[in-house]
Amino acid sequence: MNLHRIATLALIAIAATGSSAAAQLRVVATTPDLASLAREIGGNVVNVTALAKPTEDPHYVDAKPSHIVTLNRADVLIEGGAELELGWLPPLLESSRNARIAAGARGRIVASTGVRMLEIPTSFDRSKGDVHSLGNPHFLADPVSVKIVARRISDHLAQVDPRLAASYKANLVRFNARIDAKMAEWQRQLAPFRNAKIVTYHKDFVYFANRFNLEIVETLEPKPGIAPSPAHLAKVIGTMKAENARVILVQPYQNRRTAETVARQAGAVVLDMPQQPGARPNTGTYFDMMDYLVTTLAAGLRGQK
Amino acid sequence: MRGRSILCAFGLITPLLAQAQAPQKKDSLAKADSAARADSIALVHELEKELGKPAGDSGAAAQTPPHASGGYMNIGFVSLTDAGWSTEPDIGSLERGDHDPQVRGFTIPNTELALDGAVDPYFKGFSNIVFKLDKNGETGVELEEAFVLTTSLPANLQLKAGQFFTEFGRQNPQHPHSWAFVDQPLVLNRMFGPDGLRSQGLRVSWLAPTPFYTEALLSIVNSAGGATSSFRSEESPEIHGGRATERAVRGLQDMLIVPRLATSFDLTETQTLLLGASAAFGPNNSGSSARTRIYGVDGYWKWKPAAAQQGFPFISMQGEALLRRYDAAERVSADVPTVTLPNETLKDRGAYAQVLWGIKPRIVAGLRGDWARGDDASFDSELRADRFRVSPNFTWYPTEFSKFRVQYNYDDRKEIGSDHSLWFQFEFLLGAHASHKF
Ligand SMILES: [Zn+2]
Repeated sequence: MNLHRIATLALIAIAATGSSAAAQLRVVATTPDLASLAREIGGNVVNVTALAKPTEDPHYVDAKPSHIVTLNRADVLIEGGAELELGWLPPLLESSRNARIAAGARGRIVASTGVRMLEIPTSFDRSKGDVHSLGNPHFLADPVSVKIVARRISDHLAQVDPRLAASYKANLVRFNARIDAKMAEWQRQLAPFRNAKIVTYHKDFVYFANRFNLEIVETLEPKPGIAPSPAHLAKVIGTMKAENARVILVQPYQNRRTAETVARQAGAVVLDMPQQPGARPNTGTYFDMMDYLVTTLAAGLRGQK
Repeated sequence: MRGRSILCAFGLITPLLAQAQAPQKKDSLAKADSAARADSIALVHELEKELGKPAGDSGAAAQTPPHASGGYMNIGFVSLTDAGWSTEPDIGSLERGDHDPQVRGFTIPNTELALDGAVDPYFKGFSNIVFKLDKNGETGVELEEAFVLTTSLPANLQLKAGQFFTEFGRQNPQHPHSWAFVDQPLVLNRMFGPDGLRSQGLRVSWLAPTPFYTEALLSIVNSAGGATSSFRSEESPEIHGGRATERAVRGLQDMLIVPRLATSFDLTETQTLLLGASAAFGPNNSGSSARTRIYGVDGYWKWKPAAAQQGFPFISMQGEALLRRYDAAERVSADVPTVTLPNETLKDRGAYAQVLWGIKPRIVAGLRGDWARGDDASFDSELRADRFRVSPNFTWYPTEFSKFRVQYNYDDRKEIGSDHSLWFQFEFLLGAHASHKF
């Protein structure tokens, strides 16, 4: 009798997943920022899921069995690329047995393709830390890179789902217009702080700083992925004082206590600057998140002037 | 380059500012739309410049950038060195795993050359070649795994073919560098032998279309070979004490069949549970129709906060319990040819449970308890004697590519007594990034 109930439940579950399948294009993004872009371009006709949580370090996501299920049912997969997800995505894809999102398939979007990558190493050498051989993967903090990614998403969605190609194209045009308008606003907000010196925890604000004319003078990590050592932090404090760098940017998954200690001694402030939409209240979309980053940074830099 | 991009961005600002304000006038939505369309031409040009190719070409397929570590194949090299001391001089009687420390002093029990890549659009290929130094310092080479895995079978099916670690339980398919302890759990060693359960054959798996993860796996592999110790392995006389019977493979009944069912739930945003049940059915070589059945259950639970730094902190628990029914036929003793051992069923069971606490980035404290016992039989095998072991350990990962581990073992063997061992382990990884499976 119990077995009967389980079997019935399983059948209902199968029927449920089967019927929802036809209705909406299922887009899976590895990170919430990519998911937000997919929502902008896909509109409400696509169903978007992110594998990583907004507060989670995108380099160190646990490859959970539930992710296998999500990927198995995806029509489209958007990954950041440039080895960002190298530690956890490959085993999931192996188990997902989904040809729609296989490498090279229409349903597979590698966001880094076509983006002008920064910090591409000239040699493969892990004595320099966990350097990504295809360049720094944190390019979505640059709205201009984001336009390239958005277009790639629009192209792929149109190929996977040609019925709605016009809609994806229209959404892209609207999105780009909005990005450009917002860019003007963001540039204006940060214009007074041109060439301001900042410190970050990881090398994750390189594209942002490049776009908004800020200068990163130090990172708390001595090398990418390497934990801060006291000697390195002492050097950072020295540099910050000498260069008059007054803010340290940290993401939710970085060690805020270390940043606070350095800030206290360097006479600086620590700013919460998560690059994933949803990591802070009211930052659910890419635009909200960028607004938050720009406003927080402007306030931080102004407060310290 | 930087200057140019900024210029591009500014070039767009003026027309777009006007456009952004347009939709605010409620009566002229249509006009705004056409304005957007006109501006889109400018945008497309901008994008063309950014992409460096005409906008008309929509890019038929995503170009996956080539992997850095080389051409068509990823290459990884993992080397493990153990060093330590034990109150038991014959370390081999305590540490029976092939990749466990084997002598007082230094050992290099496992150095892997791992190769993998896409074979073609239909298959992925994997191979693991192991080099190890035995207790005399002689190098041994073994083809540990070599298999292909299908990538695009219909109906959520997947095939694996070649030589591979059988998917029984949680730890058996894992390579030594992903173990949380220096040595193999006792119960796995007893049921599967020094190198785990590993053979040549085929595995089919099916991902069930349930809302949560459910996977059913079935392996059909050879029951003879170096790593099928409870079955037709040449080493199985150590279990049943008789002279091994030569038996040819006549049909499916002489193959080793390993079914497994696994399911997983995300209990909360931060907790995940994975449960599995496995079995292995196959012939053993104590007689011409003798068979072995092994049953196992396994569980894994992990907690990790939503904002973990490099995956830390975390707490994980893992455990497996196994039961073996070994039908030993009437057989001639391997040691004394005049003695005949009676027909009997040897019953063994055992379990281990381990807890890992990732205290802060790259520092993990672990504790494992091992327990194994076998019932009385007409042949005494050390591999079936009651035994208990507790192993606290501590691991420091300078990066993902190296680790230091220290482990203490308290061993209690029935009728032999207790032993204390202290092991250090150092490991390094070159080449392809090791991916973290759940
Ligand atoms: Zn990074």
